[in-house]
Amino acid sequence: MTHKIALLAAALMLPATLALADEPKGDAAHGKQLFLADGCYECHGYVGQGGPGLRLAPNPKPPVAIAAYIRNPVGEMPPYTSAVLSDQGIRDIYAYLSTIPAAPKLADIPLLKVGE
Amino acid sequence: MTDTFDVKRRGFFGAVAAGAAGAAASTIPGSPAKAQTVKPTVAAPTVQQAAAETQAPLAPKESELVGRTASDFMVDVLKSLPIDYVATMPGSTFRGLHESLVNYGGNKAPELLTCLHEEVAVGMCHGYAKIAHKPMASLIHGVVGMQHGSMAIYNCWADRVPALVMIGNTQALEERRPGAEWAHSAQDNAAMIRDFVKWDDMPVSLPHFAESTVRAYQQSVTPPFAPTAIVVNGDLAESSIGDVKIDIPALGHRYMPVGDPAALMEAAKMLAGAQAPVLVLDRCVRTQEGLANVVALAEALGAAVIDKGGRMNFPNRHPLNQSGRAKTVLAEADVVMGIETADLYGVIHSYQDRIHRVGRPLTKPGTKIISLTASELLIHANFQDFQRMQAADLSIIGDGESSLPLLLAAVRSVATTSSAMTDRVKKYADAAREDMDRQRQAATYAWDASPISVARICMEIYDKVQHEDWSLTAPSTFLSGWPTRLWNFTKAHQYSGESGGYGVGYASVASLGAALAHRDAGGGRIPVAVLGDGDLMCAPSILWTAAHHSIPILIVVHNNRAYHQELMHVQRMAARHGRGLENARVGTTITNPNIAFAKLADSMGVWSEGPIDDPNNLGPALARALAVVKSGKPALLDVISQPR
Repeated sequence: MTHKIALLAAALMLPATLALADEPKGDAAHGKQLFLADGCYECHGYVGQGGPGLRLAPNPKPPVAIAAYIRNPVGEMPPYTSAVLSDQGIRDIYAYLSTIPAAPKLADIPLLKVGE
Repeated sequence: MTDTFDVKRRGFFGAVAAGAAGAAASTIPGSPAKAQTVKPTVAAPTVQQAAAETQAPLAPKESELVGRTASDFMVDVLKSLPIDYVATMPGSTFRGLHESLVNYGGNKAPELLTCLHEEVAVGMCHGYAKIAHKPMASLIHGVVGMQHGSMAIYNCWADRVPALVMIGNTQALEERRPGAEWAHSAQDNAAMIRDFVKWDDMPVSLPHFAESTVRAYQQSVTPPFAPTAIVVNGDLAESSIGDVKIDIPALGHRYMPVGDPAALMEAAKMLAGAQAPVLVLDRCVRTQEGLANVVALAEALGAAVIDKGGRMNFPNRHPLNQSGRAKTVLAEADVVMGIETADLYGVIHSYQDRIHRVGRPLTKPGTKIISLTASELLIHANFQDFQRMQAADLSIIGDGESSLPLLLAAVRSVATTSSAMTDRVKKYADAAREDMDRQRQAATYAWDASPISVARICMEIYDKVQHEDWSLTAPSTFLSGWPTRLWNFTKAHQYSGESGGYGVGYASVASLGAALAHRDAGGGRIPVAVLGDGDLMCAPSILWTAAHHSIPILIVVHNNRAYHQELMHVQRMAARHGRGLENARVGTTITNPNIAFAKLADSMGVWSEGPIDDPNNLGPALARALAVVKSGKPALLDVISQPR
């Protein structure tokens, strides 16, 4: 919850350096490539399911919010400047995360009927 | 004492070797001297060889050397102790004791376990003691074997677990064979590990050996538990004892050191009077009785419990288990009591891995801190496993589990059930229920993904073993904690906890030792070890030892094909330095070629399947593997996994 609040706050305070919401859509294939090559999967999982890092997909946050957090994270995540990940790269990663299908419903997974 | 044994053991060998060499070129026996000769196939004897051939032997015949050998007495000493196993990788520095163990000792109580690396031998002691509640011994080669085993000794030390480490040595220089035996001898063999053993000695006589070995055992099992070391002198072991009778000190019943009753009463009053007491448990619980006591303590107080996972300290589904909400309950706490907490400072302070290190208390000003631990009785200077010092308002020195009955009685004598406590407990229960729902929902993400999610791996395993008497022998940490988030831990033996020293390889070697203890406990326990690929490759020979000694264990390789923690560290540095991230995989990934763990296991006689990267194939494979384990054998599945 703390991370979510921080992410939202960072997005609201974002200077006009990123007008990502109005920019062209990203390239999902390239975004996947970046997601793997840049090591996003290490903390967030190959399909953004989360791990040491927050869950990113399905239904990812808007690019502007992602960018805000990547550039100025407040948690354990290291900051990633435009020198290592461009704004367009963020758009592409967002596009990839948008392709991640919804998880199966909890009720449809018998193995997770534990502790109910 | 060695002076009384006037028979030297090894002068004989040099003479024999020289004589054999000198005999290599000769005429055929019985043939006329000039009628039939054979061309020598080796060079003519040297002056020294010729001398050895013709002069009297330098030492008595081998058959004259041994009456009753001293190494038999050493076995008597070991048999006087409750030590069931001696794990070893063979080494010449303890060959006499080795032979006595398997022949004179009948290879029973203790039984020799064959290991292919000293890290395995010592690491087995680590995992074994956590389940068996008593140490086993390892017998390792002088100098080089000790260096192999040293990391496992350190893990054992940092985890405060008992073990008896015996190290071979040849002390008297005239007894050393030229070459290797000098390289494997030391004037102070235990010096290198002295910073991370509790006590060590190098006995120079058999009475000395008897007393020091019993003392080493006693020290090891006296809280704070720790490994101890005995250097076994090979020249002493191979000497003759004659008819001398040597006493072995008896190992009497020993009582554990408990906290001062008055101090425990003071703690009880502080806890009972608190609005939001919190218990932080780490290496607290060893036994089911201890587990019952700590549950009773929390319930008597209505206290939130944070289980740091050094042991199986508290049922994970108990409504007072607030481990997943640690920061929240610490922020509310007015009294925090750490019981055998390895890093109490780290629990109640935040920390961020940033260029400018910033830490802050997670508790509010005025929160009272109580510490109950025996670990303060044993701190060495060099290695920093003791963590940062946490100032406490009340420090009680005593073994945590052993002090629980007194603490519980004190709490019960002063605690009363109030409406505030009832409300607090209800709040915790609601939060625990909501947290469980969140965890289950979180597990759905990537449920059908390939590589297989760690949550899916863990729940497929649990589905197969939940109705068995299972135990998780490897740390849950590198599994994103999924077992402790979703499985149902209710018994002390169901979790072996963390490594202590964070030395990679621990999970594999300690799991094998734990599995041995589970086998001996009877009842068909199912040890489950989810091992990282990097961890298993530190000690892959555990597979052979498991097969050789028929130690049943279900091994699932969490094969993310990387030293993932380190990969994340290098990526962090690349980001910090403003450089590209792609090269973070250099030196951190385990690909090209991918390791075929199933083939590796198969080569060592372990049933195996894999690599498995389709989550739908995992359940059936686990069922087959479990059948093998239930038949008394080890089984391994190689599962291609998500990073965490």
